[in-house]
Amino acid sequence: MSVLRNAVDAVRGANLRQYGMIIALVSIMLLFQVLEVAKLDQNFLTPRNITNAIVQNSFILILAIGMMMVIVNGHIDLSVGSVLAFSGAVSAIALSSWGLPWYLAVLVAVATGALIGVWQGFWIAYVRIPAFIVTLAGMLLFRGLTLWALESKTISIRSEEFRMLGSGYWAQESLVGGYHLPTLVIGFIATAFIVWMQVSGRRNAVRNRIASGSPVAWAVKTSLLAAAALIGTLVLAAYRGLPIIGIILVVLVIVYTFIANRTVFGRHIYAGGGNEKAAMLSGVKTKQTSFWVFVNMGALAGLAGVVFTARLQSATPDAGEMFELHAIASSFIGGASMSGGVGTIIGAVIGGLVMGVMNQGMSILSVGQDAQSVILGLVVLAAVFFDVWNKKRASGPIVGTTPGGSGEAKRRGKGPDDSGPSGDKPKDREPEPVGAK
Amino acid sequence: MSEDILRMRGITKRFPGVLALDGVDMRVKRATIHALVGENGAGKSTLMKILSGVYAHGDFEGEIELEGRPARFRSIRDSEDSGVVIIHQELALVSELSIAENIFLGNEQAKRGVVSWNKTNAEAARLMGKVGLPDNPRTLVENIGVGKQQLVEIAKALSKQVKVLILDEPTAALNDSDSENLLELLRSLREEGVTCILISHKLGEVLSVADEITVLRDGKTIETLHTVDDAVDEDRLIKSMVGRDLEHLFPPHTPEIGETFFEVKEWTVHHPEHRDRVIVNKAELTVARGEVVGLAGLMGAGRTEFAMSLFGRSWGSHITGELNLDGKQLRLRSVSDAIGAGIAYATEDRKQYGLHLDYDLQQNFTLAGLDKVSKGGVIDLHQVTAVSEKLRSNFGVKTPSVYQLAGNLSGGNQQKVVLGKWVFTEPELLILDEPTRGIDVGAKYEIYELIHELVDQGKGVLMISSELPELLGMCDRIYAMSAGHITGQVDRENATQEELMRLMTLETAKGGVEL
Repeated sequence: MSVLRNAVDAVRGANLRQYGMIIALVSIMLLFQVLEVAKLDQNFLTPRNITNAIVQNSFILILAIGMMMVIVNGHIDLSVGSVLAFSGAVSAIALSSWGLPWYLAVLVAVATGALIGVWQGFWIAYVRIPAFIVTLAGMLLFRGLTLWALESKTISIRSEEFRMLGSGYWAQESLVGGYHLPTLVIGFIATAFIVWMQVSGRRNAVRNRIASGSPVAWAVKTSLLAAAALIGTLVLAAYRGLPIIGIILVVLVIVYTFIANRTVFGRHIYAGGGNEKAAMLSGVKTKQTSFWVFVNMGALAGLAGVVFTARLQSATPDAGEMFELHAIASSFIGGASMSGGVGTIIGAVIGGLVMGVMNQGMSILSVGQDAQSVILGLVVLAAVFFDVWNKKRASGPIVGTTPGGSGEAKRRGKGPDDSGPSGDKPKDREPEPVGAK
Repeated sequence: MSEDILRMRGITKRFPGVLALDGVDMRVKRATIHALVGENGAGKSTLMKILSGVYAHGDFEGEIELEGRPARFRSIRDSEDSGVVIIHQELALVSELSIAENIFLGNEQAKRGVVSWNKTNAEAARLMGKVGLPDNPRTLVENIGVGKQQLVEIAKALSKQVKVLILDEPTAALNDSDSENLLELLRSLREEGVTCILISHKLGEVLSVADEITVLRDGKTIETLHTVDDAVDEDRLIKSMVGRDLEHLFPPHTPEIGETFFEVKEWTVHHPEHRDRVIVNKAELTVARGEVVGLAGLMGAGRTEFAMSLFGRSWGSHITGELNLDGKQLRLRSVSDAIGAGIAYATEDRKQYGLHLDYDLQQNFTLAGLDKVSKGGVIDLHQVTAVSEKLRSNFGVKTPSVYQLAGNLSGGNQQKVVLGKWVFTEPELLILDEPTRGIDVGAKYEIYELIHELVDQGKGVLMISSELPELLGMCDRIYAMSAGHITGQVDRENATQEELMRLMTLETAKGGVEL
C-alpha cells in the first residue's frame, strides 16, 4: 500500500505537465497502433515508422528547441519558416555557385541565420519593438529575399555529404543478429548515463538533507526512464541504425537542456521571461539576454534550413512555409506558457513528436489533409486547455498560504498604493502572474 | 431636510486578517468642503471606496445615508447614479481619446446607439467652461498637462449631476499654480452647492480650503474639527493624526555605529517620461556602518524613486549627483553594477518586482547572486541547493524545502526570501523599501531582528517606511522627504512622530530646506 502511495505522491509532486506529455505521446502511439491493426491489419509501431516520425520532423524539432527559448523569454518568432528557407537557399548557392565544400556551406547557412537573429534581436531587445511585429516583418522580408536569391527557381544539391545530413544513417553496415551494432553500443551507454544521472542526483539530495520523495518512487521513475531508453535503442537498431539527423537532435537536446538548466545565461532567459521587472532589479541584463535568444533562434533556423535542404536535396523558394506555426504549436503542446518563464527543451521536442506521430499515423490511415489540419488544431487547443485546467486545479488545496491570503489583503487594505477600483474578495482581485497561485 | 448631505455610521470593513475600518462615523454638511486626513494606511481610501460603491453594500458593516435616505451602493455605477462621484489619484482617462469623449465615456450622448458628436462637443464645451478649461473639446487628453487632465475628470463628474465629489489626493501630481487653480475651482463648486470630500496629505492646502476636517487613525474616526471655530492649525492636526504609543513591537537592540561609508551628494532625478519633472531634488544622505537609517515621507514624496535611482539607475532619467561608498566614487550604470558595488535594494512590491512567484525558493534566493554559485557561466546546482537551504533556515522561512514555489508562501515568508536573496549578494548597503508592508505582527518582529543582525555585521541599512512608529522603533537616524526634497533629519533621541510629520508635510516652495 505504502509503495503505491509513495508512487502517487511522487507523480503529484513532480511536474505533472511533463509526465502528462509523455503519457499523451505514448497514448497517441498506442491509439494509432490499435487503429491500424483494426483498419489495415498492420503494425504502426514499427522501427521504420518511429524512425520516420523523428527524421521527417527533424527540422521542426530543431526550430522548436529555439522557439521554446524564445517563448520562455517572453517573446515569439514568426519568421523562422522564412529564415529556414533563406538559409537553405544560401547553403545551396554556396554549394553550387560558390563551389564551397559541404561543411563550409553548412557554416555559411548557420551564420546567415545567426546574422538574421542579430538583426531581429536588435529591434526586439534594444528598440523594444514587440517580437510579434519584428518577426512578422521578418517573415515577409526573408521570404522575399529567398525568392530573390533563388531567382524563383529551385536549386538541386549534388553534394553527397550534404545530403547525408538530411537522410543518412551512421555506419549502416555493421549488423549483429539483425541489430545495428553501433546503435546498440551508444544506446547502452546512454541508458547507463541516464541511470548514473539519477543516482548522483539522488545521492546529492540526500547529502544536502533535502526531502526528495521516497526511494521507491525514485526507483520506479529511474527504471521507467531506463526502460524507455533501451526500447528506443532496440527500435532504432532494428531499422537502419542511428539517423545522422537523430544524432544532431540528441546533441542539441542535451546541449540546450544544459544551457537552460545549468548556466547563468539559461537562468537569465527564464528569469527575464517569468518576471521581467523582478529580473531587471536582480541585476539580470534582460535586453542582452533577449538579444542572444534571437541570435540563437536564427542560428538554429539556419541549421534547420540546412537539414531541410539536405533532405529535399534541393532549395526551393517556398521551403518552410507554415513551419513557424508548427514550431510554436510544438512549444505550447510541450508545456510552454504564453506569458513566458515556463517550458523545457525536452517538452518542446515531445510536443513536436506528438505532432509528428499524428501526422505520420494519419497519413498511413489515409486521413485527408482537411481532417488532419482540423485534428491538429484541436490537439493544440486541448494541450493548452489541459495546462490551464491543471494550474487552476493545483491552486485548490493550498489555502492560507497563497497570495491573496492575509498578507495580500493587508497590503491591499492598508498599503498606500491602494487606490483605483478593485473588488474586495482577495482571491479574484488582480490577476497575479501566471502560476502565482 | 437635514443639514447633513451624508452620514456614515459605524462603518467596519475587514480584510482577511486585518481590520481596515473599525466603526468609522462621518458626517458631511451640504455644500461644504470636507477634508479627510490621516497617515498612510489610516483607512481613508478604504472609506472612500465604500462610499463610492467600489466595495459593494454588504461587504462591510455600517450604514450610509445620503440626503437622509439610506444608500446601498452595489457598484460604482449605483453611487454615480445617486450623485456620488470619486476621482482617483491615478486619473481614469483614456489618453488616446479627446477631452469630450472622455467626459462622456460610458455616458455617451447618443440616440439609439448613434453618437451625436455635435451634442457631445457642445455639452463638453459647456462643462469645460464651468471648470475653467479653455481648450478645444476635440483635443486629445494625452496632449494636455496633468493639471488640465484633473479638470477633465471634474468636468466628467459634473456631467453626471454630481452632489458629492470625492477627490483622492488631487494635487499630488500638480505644481503650485495648478494646485491653486484646482482649489479655487473647489471653492466655486461649493458656491454652486456641490459638496466636496478632499483626501489630502498637504495640510496647508487642507486648512486653506476645508470647512471641516475629519481625522482617521488606525481605521477609527478620531475627531471632526471645524476649521474656523476650532481654530485648527497644522500642529493640532498632526497631533491628532499620529497620537499613539509605541508598544513593545520592536526587538531590543544596542546599535554599534561605525564610520560613515555611504554618501549621496546633490542627487537629482527626473521622471523617465516627463523629463522636465524633477522627482528627486538635490538629495543628500549618509549611512554609517552598523546604522539603520530611515527615510520617511508621504506618498509621492519620491522615496522609492530616490532609492531605485541609487540602485544602478533602475528608475528615472537625467540622474545627476555623486555617490560614494568607502570613499570611492561609484559610477553605476546598471543594476548589476550596483550589486557588484555592494548595494542591494529590496523592493516595496515583492510580488511584482521582488520575486518570481512561480519559481521555487532556490531559484529566487540565488537569482541576484548566480555568479557566486557558478564557474564560467555554469551553475553548480548542488551548491545552489546547499546555499538556499542554509538561507532558508537562517532566515527562518517556514516551509519544508527549497523546492517550494515562492508564490505559495505567506507575505512574511516571501519577505524573508527577498531579504535572503539580497543578503546572498553580500551587500554593504541594503536599501529596504517598506520591508514589513502587508505582513503580520509576528513576522514583522522577525524581520526587525534580521535587520538588526545585518547591521551588527557592519552593514548599513537604509529603510523606507510609511509607518512612522516603525521608523521610530527601528532607526538610529531618520531623514524626511517631501516633494523630492530631503526636508530634514532627526536622530533617535529627538525623533517624534509630530516632528517627522512636520518635516514630511513641509512645503519646500515656502519653507525651504532645513538641515
